[in-house]
Amino acid sequence: MQKKRSNDPFWWTLFGAGGTISAFFIPVHVLLFGIAMPLGWISVPDYETLLQLAQHPVTRLYIFALVSLSLFHWAHRFRYTLYDGLMLKHLEHYIFIFCYGSALAGTVITGVLIWTI
Amino acid sequence: MSTRYERYRPTSYHHKMSIFWWVKRKPYMLFIIRELTSIFVAAYAIILIVKLNALKQGAEVWEALLVSLSGPFSVTVHIVVFIFVLFHSITWFKLAPTAMVVKIGKKKIPGSIIIAVNFMMWILLSGGIVWILLQ
Repeated sequence: MQKKRSNDPFWWTLFGAGGTISAFFIPVHVLLFGIAMPLGWISVPDYETLLQLAQHPVTRLYIFALVSLSLFHWAHRFRYTLYDGLMLKHLEHYIFIFCYGSALAGTVITGVLIWTI
Repeated sequence: MSTRYERYRPTSYHHKMSIFWWVKRKPYMLFIIRELTSIFVAAYAIILIVKLNALKQGAEVWEALLVSLSGPFSVTVHIVVFIFVLFHSITWFKLAPTAMVVKIGKKKIPGSIIIAVNFMMWILLSGGIVWILLQ
């Protein structure tokens, strides 16, 4: 029933890459920075150390890929969840622009931040 | 007004379906939960952007963010995010053999091995991140 769009493989590739990188790395980030450090299980690295780490070329690339691809992963999944779950297929164009537009905006912001940090 | 009789002939039939169609059966429910994990993935991406911005602004802004992220509300939010992203990781790796078929020569590598390799890589990579941050 679903009409095949010519640009779908492109979005699917971003979705797949984002799904993989987020599956590998986000849980450990949430556990360390969101739970273990605030609860005092492990000590928080000081500001200078973290800033230096963030300025390392490998870290820049890693953070950029992690944030951007995770957003595109969301965009693709959320788009189809709205289509099928909430049955909003008739709002297709708005949903398309909202989802990928937000992911693109997040990518640009992250790019600027990571470049100038 | 036409008085001529016309039979009601709808050109297409649309079955009205509840938007909660997925609540009734467990597999549908798990499917929708799996799809909704993406919201938590995106939420964490946004948290990373906020942290990156604070790190860039300087030590004072960074320390202030750390304080606001150490309260019970923030920790609770992160625990919820953690549960959903774990669900995402597990379901993602379990589906890995469907998305990629690995062959050695003509022999197809069994799906269970691909899943196992993914889970091992997950543990190794997570360990790597812990190691970098605890140095």
